[in-house]
Amino acid sequence: MLKLTTALALGFTLASGAMAADYDRGASDAEIKFGIIVPLSGPLSAYGTAGTCIAAYFDMVNDRGGINGRRVTVSVQDDGYNPAKTVDQARRLVEREGVLFVAGNLGTPTNSAIHRYMNQRKVPHLFLNTGASKWDDPDNFPWTMAFTPSYAAEGRIYARYIKENMPDAKIGILYQNDDFGRDYMDAFIDQLEDESLIVSSVSYDTSAATVDSQMSTLKDSGADVFFNIASPKFAAQAIRRAGEIGWKPTQFLVSVSNAKSAVLDPAGLDHSTDIISTQYLKEPTNPAYAEDADVQAWQEFKANYFPKASEGNWWDWSCYSTAYTIEHVLKEAGEELTRENLMKVASNLDGFEAPMLLPGITVNTAADDFAPIEAMSLMKFDGENWGLFGDVIAVD
Amino acid sequence: MTTESTDITQALRASRKASVPLARLGYGTAALALLAATGVLEGYELFLASSILSYAIAAMGLNVLMGYNGQISLGHGAFFAIGAYTASICIDHFGVPFAWTPVIAGTVGMVAGWLIGKPALRLEGVYLALATFGLAIATPTVLRSDLFSEWTGGVQGIFLQINPAPDWTSLDLDQSIYLAVVGYFVLFSFLTLRLVRGLNGKAWIATRDNPIAARAMGFDITRAKTRAFVFSVLACSVGGALQAVAVQFVAPDSFPFFLSISLFTAVVVGGLCSPLIGPLLGAVFIVLVPNMTEEIWQGGSWAVYGGVIIAIMAIQPRGLAGMLGWTWNKLATHTND
Repeated sequence: MLKLTTALALGFTLASGAMAADYDRGASDAEIKFGIIVPLSGPLSAYGTAGTCIAAYFDMVNDRGGINGRRVTVSVQDDGYNPAKTVDQARRLVEREGVLFVAGNLGTPTNSAIHRYMNQRKVPHLFLNTGASKWDDPDNFPWTMAFTPSYAAEGRIYARYIKENMPDAKIGILYQNDDFGRDYMDAFIDQLEDESLIVSSVSYDTSAATVDSQMSTLKDSGADVFFNIASPKFAAQAIRRAGEIGWKPTQFLVSVSNAKSAVLDPAGLDHSTDIISTQYLKEPTNPAYAEDADVQAWQEFKANYFPKASEGNWWDWSCYSTAYTIEHVLKEAGEELTRENLMKVASNLDGFEAPMLLPGITVNTAADDFAPIEAMSLMKFDGENWGLFGDVIAVD
Repeated sequence: MTTESTDITQALRASRKASVPLARLGYGTAALALLAATGVLEGYELFLASSILSYAIAAMGLNVLMGYNGQISLGHGAFFAIGAYTASICIDHFGVPFAWTPVIAGTVGMVAGWLIGKPALRLEGVYLALATFGLAIATPTVLRSDLFSEWTGGVQGIFLQINPAPDWTSLDLDQSIYLAVVGYFVLFSFLTLRLVRGLNGKAWIATRDNPIAARAMGFDITRAKTRAFVFSVLACSVGGALQAVAVQFVAPDSFPFFLSISLFTAVVVGGLCSPLIGPLLGAVFIVLVPNMTEEIWQGGSWAVYGGVIIAIMAIQPRGLAGMLGWTWNKLATHTND
């Protein structure tokens, strides 16, 4: 009301603008402000670029003239991957800096720590960079939404492939003994339906030195399919060990660990040939995409705004899609920059094409579906590069 | 070292005699100011203040161990975690009102401290430092482990459903938590002062400065050391419980070994042998300075933080409290002139 009278005093043009626009804290005629919390320090600081990338993207947006005439200010905060610190930073962003929303945060424990806080405060907690399935819970947490496909969705894709193509498979599973491993396992078994296909499943702790004994157990079980649910270091050990002890099953490898430089190279490329995994992004280093428009746009963005980016880190290019999607939501929200409207726009994305996603994969959300990307493509390693095969597989 | 600290003790004693009523007045005013802050500060500031005071309680205990008793621990983050998890389990499984959880956490902590302290205190100096550091390294892994996940929530951690004080108090959640934290802070300030100024304090200082002479004078060195250790563990577990309540969430990643180093930093940067002001300033330092350095140079904040620590140690090894005391003395001499 005060705004209206002031604006009337200033003149009719301004008044009409003030009447049309609707703001929550963090948005104004001149500015939209949002926050990102990532580990910029500590042992996992390599993931910090997932946040600085989004900030760099909005530098580019601002240079182009901002969003509907407003500059976007991005406040990137460091939590060192410590959940207690994440709470501190989220409260700082929301209560002191007064951001309109928080987006693009990385990490499951860290986002868990602020899950309830963000929902109590009714501040959008959007497009998180974590694969846990709990973010898709609009009934209980209507202000939180992830971006990356969940581990569960991926686990279902492998199960479906095995059911269709190798109905007599004898499956051996190696899994990491924590939520990450169990998210994959539970969904995989659920989709497989027939649990008797699994002849052996062995776990390891992240404190273990090697997984050698687990691999021997799997080999001795007579399994001819190996599902490798391990984080990069252990995944590499497992692949190498299988090769060394002469076990030659059909191998499935979780996408978390399918980086060539971090896993397949140390495991040995000859041991890695014919491994099957999934992907939903275009890998800029893959020669198949050298001419691709998205990848070229990413290269240009990288050269001009984000020289620190490393092509070996998937989050340095997946965040480009995230940033583009945030920009899209802000554009669509138009003059109604309220927290409620942002959630409304973010949960009404229908076949939205974000860059860097594989052809055929789009962002889809609805009021009862807070999982933006639920499709992936299978791929096989040919000894040199990953090659996609088959159709894009959607999992609901 | 020995003569210097004796000088300090004597000087302290002399100044204390002269200013006991004045000091009491000062403590009373400070406690009232902390209470009054409930009405002045809001949300995030109250949360920060609660965090600072809970670290300050932990640092007070650790200061008794390191400053007065001269033993180095790099593992008190483990006890902070024990306190935090005890409080969380009490709230999550048994519905204990949050304000009482530090009592239970403190009891559990003291038992753990006694069990660990008994054998560990056979070690001295760097050996004890390394043994306690081992505890700190093991903590996150133990908390993650499946063995206790039914209680600890494993990797997921535990969400704390904390209820604010009853409606008639018209306090919101942050205010309720803050008031509880202030209560424990005042209690521990009182306890610490009583201990370090009483016979225990004399035994600790004597054991630190010259164990052989202390034993000859009839002090039971082992008991003195164990008491200092148990008190430090008690304070750390209470601090941890309050911190968990303030954050309303615990997970293994909240207690990395770096936390122990932070507590160590708080004690030394705050100022060894300054029973209250030192730990408080140290806690302010470890909570606020990383946020500030981040604004100076994002991505390089820990380099700035490290630089600040080096600078403080180079300028005044007795830390921030030492600087404050020095400034105070200068001002006092000037006004007297």
